[in-house]
Amino acid sequence: MRITKRNLLALTLSTALTLPGIALAQDGAIKIGLLATFEGAFTVLGEDGERGAMTAVNEFGGEVAGHEIEIIRGSSDASPDSAVRAARKLVEQDGVKVLVGPLSGDEGIAVKDYAKTQPDVTFINGSSAAQDTTFRDPADNFFRFSTDGAQWMAGLGTYVYNEKGYQSVATVAEDYSFPYTQVFGFMAEFCNAGGTVPSKSWVPIGNKDYSSVIAAIPDDVDAIYVALGGADAVNFLSQYQQAGGEAPLIGGSITVDQTVLTSEGRLRDILIGTPAAGPTADTNDSEAWLSFVEEYKKTDGAFPSPSLFAHGYYIGMKAALLALEETGGDLSDPTAYREALANLEFETPTGKVSLDENRNAIADIYLTEVVEGPDGNLVNKLIQTTPQVNQTLGIDKEEFRALGAVSRENPSCP
Amino acid sequence: MSETSNLRDELSSPPKGPTRKQIWVGFGVLVGLVLIWMIVAQWPDWLDAILISKKAFLSAILNGLTLAGLYFLVASGFTLIFGLMRNVNLAHGSLYLLGAYVGYEIATRTGNWFIGVGGAFIAIALVGLIMQILVFRRLEGDDLRQTLVSIGISIVAADLMLAVWSGGTYQILTPEWISGAIKLPVVTAERSNGTLVFLKYPLYRLIVLGVAVAIGVALWLTLNKTRIGMMIRAGVDDREMLSASGVNVHYVFAGVFALGAGLAGLAGVIGGSALSVAPGEDIRYLLASLVVVIVGGMGSITGAAIGALLIGLAEQIGLVYFPTYGVVLTFVIMVVTLAIRPEGIMGKRL
Repeated sequence: MRITKRNLLALTLSTALTLPGIALAQDGAIKIGLLATFEGAFTVLGEDGERGAMTAVNEFGGEVAGHEIEIIRGSSDASPDSAVRAARKLVEQDGVKVLVGPLSGDEGIAVKDYAKTQPDVTFINGSSAAQDTTFRDPADNFFRFSTDGAQWMAGLGTYVYNEKGYQSVATVAEDYSFPYTQVFGFMAEFCNAGGTVPSKSWVPIGNKDYSSVIAAIPDDVDAIYVALGGADAVNFLSQYQQAGGEAPLIGGSITVDQTVLTSEGRLRDILIGTPAAGPTADTNDSEAWLSFVEEYKKTDGAFPSPSLFAHGYYIGMKAALLALEETGGDLSDPTAYREALANLEFETPTGKVSLDENRNAIADIYLTEVVEGPDGNLVNKLIQTTPQVNQTLGIDKEEFRALGAVSRENPSCP
Repeated sequence: MSETSNLRDELSSPPKGPTRKQIWVGFGVLVGLVLIWMIVAQWPDWLDAILISKKAFLSAILNGLTLAGLYFLVASGFTLIFGLMRNVNLAHGSLYLLGAYVGYEIATRTGNWFIGVGGAFIAIALVGLIMQILVFRRLEGDDLRQTLVSIGISIVAADLMLAVWSGGTYQILTPEWISGAIKLPVVTAERSNGTLVFLKYPLYRLIVLGVAVAIGVALWLTLNKTRIGMMIRAGVDDREMLSASGVNVHYVFAGVFALGAGLAGLAGVIGGSALSVAPGEDIRYLLASLVVVIVGGMGSITGAAIGALLIGLAEQIGLVYFPTYGVVLTFVIMVVTLAIRPEGIMGKRL
């Protein structure tokens, strides 16, 4: 035998690497990089992010100030190194001056750090929502118009304590920065209202088998707060149903997103009635939202209602294009473009968005509950709107900073 | 016991003391007794404090066993193909995923889960047969090319499946009567009012375990007690000699390849019903089967069972008790095995 097992493993691992596509530049066109997860566990999420971004591009008719917009896709797999690799390719090989993305929390932090090494390029967040992408040690050229995971939880902790009467809640979430941020946002309110969180389970991203995790959840909690995304959420929910789980659920923003609600299987029964909060609500009946949904549905393979990834990428791309319009399509002076971005204040399908001094968005957040829609689809029903939530959740900035960086252990109220 | 090992026993243990074999048996009995006590007894508080709760611990063990069953189904086909043909089929994971998708399509169209399982087995066995005849037969004895070609196939297959079934997560629905949980006759706690809390466990997962054990026993019996099994074993040891004694080796090879592939397809449906089906599963199960057969020993069914047990249990126990570093545990087992027994626990030196 010439083949050793070591060689075998090396070859196996090498299959994970794929070659990036080559894009041809057109003269006079403005190139915008679009970085999303087109591979791995979050593929569906990334594809919907792209739909959102393209909705914004279509809204401008594919051009700004007479310049054609050329979108160059970069693909990551939700891991920080793949995001940086894709960003490098877009910036250093394709020469984009504006990059919209990435999608996932850890990716956002990694791309923010990369942004510091590329002062000529402007980065606009897609839907990544970790707190420290913009709060601690921010980059001057990284903008987030899509709010963070703690902001998304506004109103939820108080609501489940007061209205649902849950006193103690166990949490199950993926083990990286975005779910830390979501749990932080939920617990900030819930613990403040008087609730306790006796058990927190952190599972690796892409985990398939949750039954042991489910068994380790204490029997005496009133509800389980679940912050898992995409395939992870589907796996957890269906195994929770199989295991005969009885405790009601509380959803993180991406757990009850359209990317999960539309998947096949017996999730329906345990999802209906689940309260959650996030930057979008499917049954929002404002005119701006309805026309956005209509435009979004014209893209290929669209969900019945845009996911929050489509929403995040839409807002990011729209901001990029609005600022371009202001500078007349001129990107030669990055400072002027960034100034236009920083001062941008615009109406989105989900209300007014503006930036704070860390270039993080201040926007409306929706409290929702999963219900069965008129045509049998599961949708998030709008319960209440928390207007203009800022990154420090209304707490004084220094006081908020003193709460410490989000992590597995922080916050804690057993 | 041979003379040399007797001698070694005498040298390593003091005179008149227990032999090495007795020590191992004693150790085994002790572990068994502790396990039985852990299942039957009400746990004292200090044990709860260490192992979270009796329910969590027992569920982790049961989950480890059922996951091992799933890994065994995938890895047994892999190890059969390797053992007989020295054919490293790195597209084995793709067969698993394709089987899951095919099973999903058949099960949703016919509304019968069992037809889905059977259909996937047959369909993937056919795919395996075609792969063997069109591709691997031409590359016989050329390990590096086989490896590279099978990686190529797996990459192309992954993209084709992504094109057909998109990136969504599919769940194959099992019949009503085997979904849901049952109460096991194991008491995990006693409520303050005296009622007993029994361990609840998904019935379907127990069935997965049962199927894996049944298939494992059937494979073992076929290999060790039948004429065909004798041919296969002879082929593993000396291909030329088997061919010289009048057996058409190509038929045997094609048959084993089809069986191995079919098992992967079957595992795809069974795994896709217990967990879910999504792109990326192919690489995951390929890696899992590689680790299982490296630990268990390439080419051995018993080895695949032992390897699957170790890896399945390690994964689940790791997930519950040290989730952040749980992934490392699997690879620690592999590294230790490679360091102590490079040919795997049940492997023969090649």
